[in-house]
Amino acid sequence: MVPLSHYLILAAVLFAIAVAGIFINRRNMILLLMCIELMLLAVNLNFVAFSHFLGDLGGQVFVFFILTVAAAESAIGLAILVVLFRNRASINVDEMDDLKG
Amino acid sequence: MTAASVQQLLFWLFSAVLVVAALRVITAKNPVHAVLFLVLAFATSAALWMLLEAEFLAIVLVLVYVGAVMVLLLFVVMMLDIDIEPLRAGFTAHLPLGIVVGALMALEMALVLSRDFFSAGQFPAQPPLPAGHGNTEQLGLALYGDYLLQFEIAALILLVAIVAAIALTLRRRPGVRRQRVGAQHAASKASRLRVVKMHAEGSAAADATAADAAAGDVDRGA
Repeated sequence: MVPLSHYLILAAVLFAIAVAGIFINRRNMILLLMCIELMLLAVNLNFVAFSHFLGDLGGQVFVFFILTVAAAESAIGLAILVVLFRNRASINVDEMDDLKG
Repeated sequence: MTAASVQQLLFWLFSAVLVVAALRVITAKNPVHAVLFLVLAFATSAALWMLLEAEFLAIVLVLVYVGAVMVLLLFVVMMLDIDIEPLRAGFTAHLPLGIVVGALMALEMALVLSRDFFSAGQFPAQPPLPAGHGNTEQLGLALYGDYLLQFEIAALILLVAIVAAIALTLRRRPGVRRQRVGAQHAASKASRLRVVKMHAEGSAAADATAADAAAGDVDRGA
């Protein structure tokens, strides 16, 4: 049988890859959204693994809600992306400095 | 080959595919390729969840995530005419920092996970579920029982997301002929129908006055 730690390490590696992806693709907004999806996937893997090894269904219910919220988040994120591209013809994060933050 | 060793083989196979797919997502030159590798990562994760006896969520991940969210992402990537070169300008410059931060996070997680708390002794392998055990049924009972309020809130969040996404991307272009349903529904009898009083046909004098009245109406109408 595959022990729990294997799944946890796999999820940690996946999360670290997603964080590295945010750092190296920090100009491309679409890739940033995709890296966030990867992070959520890693978290969900942790939840499912713990749910299995503890014999508790609560983890899977949490994954269900995370999937719901992630779907809503990506839909709104993509809508904002489309509006942004329509107004500026670019999705470069570096050029978004209208608020002078 | 025993069932346990088959399971281990599948785990290592899926893990390797998942890690390679995730690496290709963040390094792919073409965003379309990145989305396709993300689809591969999600499908592989679904297989891993299947190994963990979470069949319903595995199917939901494939149907909802790969089938809807990733296709939406693919649509957006293909619809926008993105000039990719300036976006990748800092790729090699940021690569060392990304690798350092990613390795640091993986190291920290490894330090935590290597403690005794997460060892196989603390979390013994669960016996396989009996035949006829329904993961979907159990999840449904939990969702519509203990978690009913949260389930309703999730539905509300999805509704808000639909409204927000449509409201954000809706645009009115000038010069387009279209049906205005609101104006049609707001129309009343007074704005469409005008009753004109006319004399019955008879003497020439009556005809003349009727013609005058009609002309006056036309003038007022214009």
